[in-house]
Amino acid sequence: MTAGWKLAVLFAGLIGVSLAMGAARLDQDALWLLAVSRLPRTVAAMLAGAALAVAGVIMQMLARNRFVEPATVGTAQAAGLGLVLVTLAAPAAAIWVKMLVATVSALAATAGFMALVRRLPPRDPMLVPLTGIVYGGILAALAVFLAFENDMLQYIEVWTSGELSGVMLGRYEFLWLAGAATVLAYAYANRFTIAGMGEEMSLSLGLNYAQVMALGLAIVSVVTAVTVVSVGMLPFVGLVVPNIASRLAGDHLRHSLPGLAAFGAALVLACDILGRVIWYPYEIPVGTILGVVGAAVFLWLLQGRRAHAA
Amino acid sequence: MRLSLLAAAGGFYLAAAGLFLTLGARGDWGFILAFRGEKLLALTVVAAAVAVSTIVFQTITGNRILTPAIMGFDALYVLIQSVLVLTFGGAGFAALQGTPLFALETLIMIGVATLLFGLMLRRSADLHRLVLTGIVLGILLRSLNALVARLIDPSEYSYVIANSYARFSSIDSDLLWITTGVTVAVAGLILTMARRLDVIALGRDSAMVLGVEHRRAAQGLMVLVTLLVAVSTALVGPIVFFGLLVSAIAHQLAGTWRHATLLPLAALIAAGLLVLCQALFERVLQLQSTVTVVIEGVGGLVFILLLFRRARA
Repeated sequence: MTAGWKLAVLFAGLIGVSLAMGAARLDQDALWLLAVSRLPRTVAAMLAGAALAVAGVIMQMLARNRFVEPATVGTAQAAGLGLVLVTLAAPAAAIWVKMLVATVSALAATAGFMALVRRLPPRDPMLVPLTGIVYGGILAALAVFLAFENDMLQYIEVWTSGELSGVMLGRYEFLWLAGAATVLAYAYANRFTIAGMGEEMSLSLGLNYAQVMALGLAIVSVVTAVTVVSVGMLPFVGLVVPNIASRLAGDHLRHSLPGLAAFGAALVLACDILGRVIWYPYEIPVGTILGVVGAAVFLWLLQGRRAHAA
Repeated sequence: MRLSLLAAAGGFYLAAAGLFLTLGARGDWGFILAFRGEKLLALTVVAAAVAVSTIVFQTITGNRILTPAIMGFDALYVLIQSVLVLTFGGAGFAALQGTPLFALETLIMIGVATLLFGLMLRRSADLHRLVLTGIVLGILLRSLNALVARLIDPSEYSYVIANSYARFSSIDSDLLWITTGVTVAVAGLILTMARRLDVIALGRDSAMVLGVEHRRAAQGLMVLVTLLVAVSTALVGPIVFFGLLVSAIAHQLAGTWRHATLLPLAALIAAGLLVLCQALFERVLQLQSTVTVVIEGVGGLVFILLLFRRARA
């Protein structure tokens, strides 16, 4: 329990710093400022972090590989591609329509990735993330191509680097949808744990494997699309958090999921604070910070697993 | 066999070059040929540098999937540029522009690359882990570049942005002559070592038995590879998958490991492809500056195909 308490204190501290810090001083308009800008920003960071961490672990269970996550295997890129397509077809569409299209596109791409993974030989764990990264790269190239030809490159920039400085009251609420998907994932945690043991094992334990697979894909796609549309891409959250959490708390999702979500929320919050501190009073997007931190941790994970990975 | 293959590739390149020089040309021929000729030279130099560096790199590391660009060599060069802008400021950077800057950047790059990649390549036995580590290293270098770019004064940011994306439309003519010289010299040097490369391609152990000092030869060759990457990145910026595409085609067509054939063949194919694509996209399809995006897309597909074929074998 002591570790849990330490984490809680750290978490509270992060929230406090995130609320107190900013270019404007907190004086007579403090409450208004907090309610309109800083609280939504803090909540958005936590919601996105928690949801992406959970989406990452579900994807790892379904793909049966530790080195995949939505932003590296094409889910996020497909969401962006969907966003570009719908903006081209119907520029005036409501935000929820765009989000729906982004979700459907993310779902299709993720299902496609899973189909690819099934064709790969199971003996080599490095092959899956490798295929995924390039698959995501191709989807991103497609989006850039479309954007380039239609003078939408700036639009692409908005979702490729996740940024929280634009978050205000009334502009982040869709993220609660990602939060709801996370709660749903918790309700089905045991089934995802079993699905992580593979299709044969799941079937012999009486699990409706296809149904759980479909639900997992839906959760991953909704979470990814909602975050991409609301705040942009936050890379590596879904990769770093589950890998470290699994070393600390094991792979039983019913037990590890709450801590995992908290860890994800804390990571994004901490990176956002870091981005606000480095070059105060200017800001560096949280996606950029996460890119550096996440890639460094990923490299470390790759080297560290040398001893026991197949 | 060898000569006819090279002749065919040469013919392909000449046809592409002819198309590039003449397609849709109106007005004063003297101006057009001089203007387009410079661009043609630049494209050819870049393509040859990418092709030769990729083939040599793949021979040293004993694989056909990983390339210098995928591992982030290009990204490293761009990062060095950004850090220089950050330390000297845009004015200082501009004062160095041209040959001195290129020399400075290339020197730093050779130092860092030898250290970083040498360390990584020596330690790995498992190919897929090596490739994945290389890709993630590339992502890390690109993310670091994005971070440095954010720290730079907005007015100086344009220097960095201009260097971070591949562009074929505007080419620095000051740099063109020095880079052409470097490419010709380095590629010539590598070509004289073709037989040694054939032996290295057999693998480290066989090479040692046959009397090639593998480690020293590999280190020397890696410096040459780094030089070529610096040339192509300085001229047009980073292109991730072009080298992979070219080496896959060259290996497929050549059907041999003999570098005396492989290297010139790859260079000719690369140059022909790049020039042809540029002519088609610029003049026929009227698509501006998107050649690289298409190359990245197609190159990515080839990468996945190669992975699958290797995994099945």
